[in-house]
Amino acid sequence: MHEMSLAESVLQIIEDTARKQGYRRVRTVWLEIGQLACVEQESLRFCFDAVTRGSIADQARLEIVETAGQGRCAKCTLEMPVVALYEACPNCGSYEIRVTGGDEMRVKELEVE
Amino acid sequence: MCTTCGCGIGQTLIAGHALKQPRRSGKAMHYRAHAEGAAHVHPQAYEHGAMDFGAGAAGSHAPGMTQARMVKIERDILAKNNDYADENRRRLSAHGIFALNLVSSPGSGKTTLLVKTIAALNGAQPLAVIEGDQQTDNDAARIRAAGATALQINTGKGCHLDALMVGQAMQRLDLPDDSLLLIENVGNLVCPASFDLGEAHKVVILSVTEGEDKPLKYPDMFRAADLMLLNKCDLLPYLDFDVDLAIEYARRINPSLQVIRISAASGEGMPEWLDWIAAGCRNATVSKQQIAEAEALLE
Repeated sequence: MHEMSLAESVLQIIEDTARKQGYRRVRTVWLEIGQLACVEQESLRFCFDAVTRGSIADQARLEIVETAGQGRCAKCTLEMPVVALYEACPNCGSYEIRVTGGDEMRVKELEVE
Repeated sequence: MCTTCGCGIGQTLIAGHALKQPRRSGKAMHYRAHAEGAAHVHPQAYEHGAMDFGAGAAGSHAPGMTQARMVKIERDILAKNNDYADENRRRLSAHGIFALNLVSSPGSGKTTLLVKTIAALNGAQPLAVIEGDQQTDNDAARIRAAGATALQINTGKGCHLDALMVGQAMQRLDLPDDSLLLIENVGNLVCPASFDLGEAHKVVILSVTEGEDKPLKYPDMFRAADLMLLNKCDLLPYLDFDVDLAIEYARRINPSLQVIRISAASGEGMPEWLDWIAAGCRNATVSKQQIAEAEALLE
């Protein structure tokens, strides 16, 4: 359940930004989560609801923008979508696939008042 | 995830099937199944995965339209942990300390391996151990009994060590220059993969009493590690474990993963493991000198 730590980190980022920007209420939080990121989105939602209770983000809507996994084969340089880390290159069969995208976890944007 | 069309976001599967929990975002989540005969509906904000930026009160995504405003953040969720980890890494390299983050499932033999490693180094290499467990200081006591300095971190309900915990533990340990720091993470093949502690390498320990396909089942950890210790190899004659297959699976996830077959009980593979540690310690000392020389040039 490291999603609890991640949810706490999200809240910390929101509160840090609130101190700088002077907003008092967060209505919506947009996260960008890659398909290959080590996070289970439903757990993250559950934990987000739990950790934001009583905070400036209480009852805030959590919107998750999912980004697709992307990789590049180190052998034949093919660019490909990556769904699972154990897949072989569809062109040459190599497992040497570097993940080039879709492993990010970011707080993108907030709707505040 | 929606079980009718597969849209949605959850990745948890039960027997290959998605959880039956279409839910409206923003509402508190309740873990319960649909009522019998409930209609299949998509949450409106997520109609087939579409994100509706115009669903807000102002009907648009433009800042300044209502009392509400948009704030761009673009900050990595793990940024704070990564900052602490960078700080740990700076302190470690400035002092020539070689730090390893040992990760595995519970029961893979991490602590026994550490005890044997400490015994084999026999005081020749200054070292300290940070032990992570949810409860008890049993492991730190075992390490101290083996003759090394050990500090126990109890994570309580937490499932992993983070860089702040390790940074504070490092302060309390007051590590000597050119020493070895062994961090035994909480026994968990999932969560510790995401949290950089500032270590030089993650070392994943897989014991042959587990399944060969663990690297495929828990790929994130095997991808994050630089070295895999295949432990309890003395038991291989009594098991059906296929060593080559396990290594092949691990290298599918991480082609550059180094592997050492080892047994804490019989001592097999220990010289190779100790050589690997010694090489890391030498490199850490060399980098420390390089950093010191570079700083002297700048002054």
